[in-house]
Parts: sequence; structure tokens; C-alpha cells
Amino acid sequence: MLKKHSPHFHDDWDPESARGIIEQYKGLEGPLLPILNALQERFGHLGDPAVRLVAEILNLTRAEVHGVVSFYHDYRREPAGRHVIKVCRAEACQSMGCEDLVGRLERALGIHLSETTHDRRVTLEEVYCLGNCALSPSAMVDGELLGRASEEKILAAVGEQA
Amino acid sequence: MTLRIFVPSDAAALSMGANAVATAVQAEIESRGMDAVLVRNGSRGLLWLEPLLEIETPDGRIGYGPVAAADVTTILAAGAAGAHPRKLGRVDAIPYLANQQRLTFERCGITDPLSLDEYSVHGGLKGLRRALDMTPADIVKEVIDSGLRGRGGAGFPTGIKWRTVLQTEAPQKYIVCNADEGDSGTFSDRMLMEGDPFALIEGMAIAGIATGASKGYVYIRSEYPHAFAQFNRAIAVAREKNLLGRGILGSSRDFDLEARLGAGAYICGEETSLLESLEGKRGQIRFKPPLPAISGLFAKPTVVNNAISLATVPVILAKGGGFYRDFGMGRSRGTMPLQLAGNIKRGGLVERAFGLTLREIIEGFGGGTWSGRPVRAVQVGGPLGAYWPTSLFDVPLDYEAFAAKGGMIGHGGIVVFDDTVDLAKQARFAFHFCAIESCGKCTPCRIGARRGAETMDKIMRGERVVQNIELVHDLCETMRDGSLCALGGLTPMPVVSAMEHFPEDFDRGAAHRAAAE
Repeated sequence: MLKKHSPHFHDDWDPESARGIIEQYKGLEGPLLPILNALQERFGHLGDPAVRLVAEILNLTRAEVHGVVSFYHDYRREPAGRHVIKVCRAEACQSMGCEDLVGRLERALGIHLSETTHDRRVTLEEVYCLGNCALSPSAMVDGELLGRASEEKILAAVGEQA
Repeated sequence: MTLRIFVPSDAAALSMGANAVATAVQAEIESRGMDAVLVRNGSRGLLWLEPLLEIETPDGRIGYGPVAAADVTTILAAGAAGAHPRKLGRVDAIPYLANQQRLTFERCGITDPLSLDEYSVHGGLKGLRRALDMTPADIVKEVIDSGLRGRGGAGFPTGIKWRTVLQTEAPQKYIVCNADEGDSGTFSDRMLMEGDPFALIEGMAIAGIATGASKGYVYIRSEYPHAFAQFNRAIAVAREKNLLGRGILGSSRDFDLEARLGAGAYICGEETSLLESLEGKRGQIRFKPPLPAISGLFAKPTVVNNAISLATVPVILAKGGGFYRDFGMGRSRGTMPLQLAGNIKRGGLVERAFGLTLREIIEGFGGGTWSGRPVRAVQVGGPLGAYWPTSLFDVPLDYEAFAAKGGMIGHGGIVVFDDTVDLAKQARFAFHFCAIESCGKCTPCRIGARRGAETMDKIMRGERVVQNIELVHDLCETMRDGSLCALGGLTPMPVVSAMEHFPEDFDRGAAHRAAAE
């Protein structure tokens, strides 16, 4: 797992571009989620500087922003690996053996769910439902949905051999 | 005439390689110099056949599926009249589709989802045009008369919500569409937003006119990036063609809407959590009252309806409340888009009038399990729905009939399990899921879910099974009666139904005793 204060932590942080993103959305009604989504999309995670800047511009406390960031499963406080595999573990996928699939991926990658490989190549995560329940098991690799997902299909999508 | 070839851009089709098929079709059109055009339609909902390629002919659309990119050359070389191993014949004659009653999903998979002209040719905008000539009270009455009940799961009459918002005076009101479709086994909101997004936009515009709301939000879960992107494209077209914005369709009424992306939280499918989330807060539920219809988004009167409820409104206004009410049974009127999922041979979307039995759906439409093993259990209504054995397969799809047997239809998801399922594991998962997704506001849900999962672990280890089962029953009663919302309140449903209908899976003591001897 990546350490919290690893040198990569704020590697590509760019306060000017972050400010631009926040200014772009701050006029919306209820702008916080659109801002956080856009910042995470741009920087890959929401580190302390991002939380501080959002709080400052929206005139919220850092605790309020942190409270929102920590509530939603999607928000990352640390960067993920270069590829993100999300495997669905909800009921429809359970009925088609997703638990077995998770076990195979963990063994193949040498990590557990919610972890990133040492070379920071792949992060493996669970998700509860991708809305592809007639073609279970499902997974999402870097935002692309895979139906009838297998270890081979998923690892091929991140450029690894099964 | 230019030949039209269809390859869906629906996320389920993409998950099976539809983009590669589309690329192959485009390349083939160019290399052969065909007078043909590729249309990226939505899905027909015959998901086991995806990617489903269709060729339009004067005698209807001929389907091929499931198609791989490598099949494209031979399919196009043979032509719609020729033979091919992947050929399915006329798509609308496939029994799975021919035996449906599509009202809400009338156009899904047929039209180009982003062509407003095609939408209009296939019956779209009639409802809105009619609504623009009606008084708000008459529109509300039409929706009440249709008998439409909330398709998100709660089944509350849609028109009654609208009436409350209409009767509440305020300078600003909102229409909020709940597209936070988090239930496992469901995908109808997604399919509709990707395959016929204008139906939802039209439904929301009608809701706005009926209640005096000029602004709408569609809250789409982040697990649906394709739906979010597609819906935003549809909004842009709708604005350009004046279906949204000032003076919609040349009338004096204004209505605009915005799609918002969630950030991963099942609880945001609960309407008050969703409103909190839209306001930019933690998705914690609110106490009710006040009802959102009186004090909702930013404390303004707000209609919160599921995407399918709203997308059903156009057909109700176009054909009249009576037309819609004539489908269905008892107090369940109209049609229900069911979603057949999990371990099922022919998974997909089945829209039929209420009243069909589970057996007709699972065996007739679904064709049994994918694995070929016997069906043992089915969970209807998402993660908070009951687990039922096959002995309950003759219960008709009807809100009241399901409730009478301790189940619910919910959002219409049907997840099938074969005989390898362990219902004790499923019951444990119900608690575990509730623990992961609890917003933390009330104790029965926040703490009860954890204690429930722990107690299930003990049962599965064979520890004091009888006493622990009693403890789980007791805990379920507390959660059901003491939780603030449906997450904690309904988590007992899968747990208790599993214990009731599959007691043999919980009697781990017997198995452990046998192993010890």
C-alpha cells in the first residue's frame, strides 16, 4: 500500500488549475459535489491542499469539506494505481461467482481489495452494483464496463497476463 | 435508400464489446462503399444477445447476436436476406420481445437516442404538447387517474406527490429525478437514460408544468458514467431544440434541468439523502416531516420521483390516464419494467402489465438459470427485498400480493440464484451491506447492522444456533420498527425471509455436530 506521505502524494497538485476548476463550478446551486468530482477527475485524489482550497473558496470549514469527502465511497484521499479495477460484489454478481473472481484477482495481483500493487500499476476495489446485472459478474476497469467478467478478461484490460 | 445498421451504445452492450462491433461495421461500410449508415441505438433489453446488431429492411429489422467484431464481415456480406449462424430473424418477433407490453420502454433500442426528430416521429412530445394546453390541476389529475405509483420502490402514488407540490405556494420549486439506481439486479433507469433519454426529459418538463417548478435535477449515480455522459448529450440537444429552456416548445413556460453525478453512496437513493447530497452535504437522511413535497431541495417544495416514474408520464399524458390504468391488476396499475438478473439464462428487461407470476417471468422469459442448475432462490426488489423459494413462484407481480407474502417488488429487480446458494451467507451479506452503506444517523441501522453480521457469523460457525437465531429475529424487529429510513427498516426483509424459507441453511449446529462426530 502507498504510504500516506509518500513523495507521490501531491505530485501533480496545481493550485492555479484547481482554483480554476472550483471557480468554474462555484456558481451552481449546491456546488460541492460537482467541484469534488471535477477535482478528483483532474488530480486523481483529494489531498489536504484540495480540501483546504475548496473550504477557503466556498467559505466552508475544512471539517465540513472533510466530512463530505469521507462520506462518499468514491473520494480518495490518496492516489490510486495507474489502473483501477472495480469488481462488483452485489447480489446479482454473487449469484454468478463474483467472490471466487475477487479471490482469483487478489492472488494474481498479490494484493487484497482496497490495495494497490507495489509498482503502483493496479488498484483493486469492490463496488456494489454497476447496473449490468444480466451479464454478471461485472467489473469496471478504468471506467470501462466489462460483462461476464473473468480473471483473464480483467487482467487483459490492464495489460497483465492471467 | 440508405441502409441503416444498428449497434447499441448501451453500457451493457459496450460491456460485451459493442464498440468493437461498431468500429468493424463502420470500416466495412467504408471499404465496401456501401450506401449505409451506422446508428448507435439503445438496447432492446435482450441482454444475453448483446451486442445485438440489426439491419433495417422493408420487412422489419433483422437481428444478429451476440455478435463479435469478427462476425461483421460475413454478416454484411450475406446481407439481411442471407443466412448467418448469428441471425435471429426479425427482432420484434423474438418471443422475449414480442410478449412484452412496452409503454415506458416503447422506443428504447428502436430509435437513435439523441435524435429528437426520431423521438417525435415515434410518439414523443405528444404528452408535453398536450400538457402545455392543460391547466396544472388537470395534468395532476391525469397522472393520479393513471394509477401510476413510484417505480423507485416505495410505490407511492406519483400524482399525489405532484398535487402536494402544486398546492404549496413558493417562488421556486424543483423537480428532482432519482436516478441513483443502487439496487443490485436493476438497470432500467440506466437503460432508459442511455436508450431514450428524451422520455425522461419530457416527463420532467411535464412535472414542472404541472407543479409550477422551473428547474429540475437528475441525480445519477457515479457507477453509471455512460448514462451520465449520454444524458448530458441529450440535455444539450433538448436545449438546442427548445425542449428545455425559456418558452419550451414555443410556449410561455420555462423549464430547464441539470444532471448531477453522485459519488458512491447507496443511501443517496433515499430521497432525503439525495436532496442533502444535491445540496453538497453528506448524504445523511432527514427526518420526515416535513415532506420533500413541502420542504425539499434547498427547503423548497420538491417533487422527487424515480426516473422510470417520470419517463412513464409522457405516455400517460399522450394516451390518457385511462389508457395506462387499463393495464395491470388490483391497485398496481400500468406496466412494470422488470429486470431479470443474476444466474439467469436470458437476462434482460421485461416490461409487462402487473399480474404476471414470477414463474412466468423466470421460466418463461428467463429460461431458467445460466448455470443450468435448478433455481433455488430469487431475490426480488434489490438488496432490501425478500429471498423467496420456488414455492412462492405463483405469486403475481402486484405490490399488495408481494407485501402479503412478506416481500416487495421494489424497483423491479429479480435476481435468480441456483442451488449452490447459501442463504445464511446471503442473510449475513444483507447486514454487511447495510453496515457499509448506513448513513449513520440512527442507531438501529448503524449499530444493528454490525451486530447482525456478527451474530450471523456465530450462526454460521454453529455457535448457540437456536439462541442466536432468536437474537437475530429480535434485532430485526428493532431495526424494522426503529430505523429512520428504509435502509435499516428493510434490511430485516432479506434476513427474515431467508431464515423463514430456508431454515436448513441456518441450522449449522447440525452440520457441525455431524462433523465433530
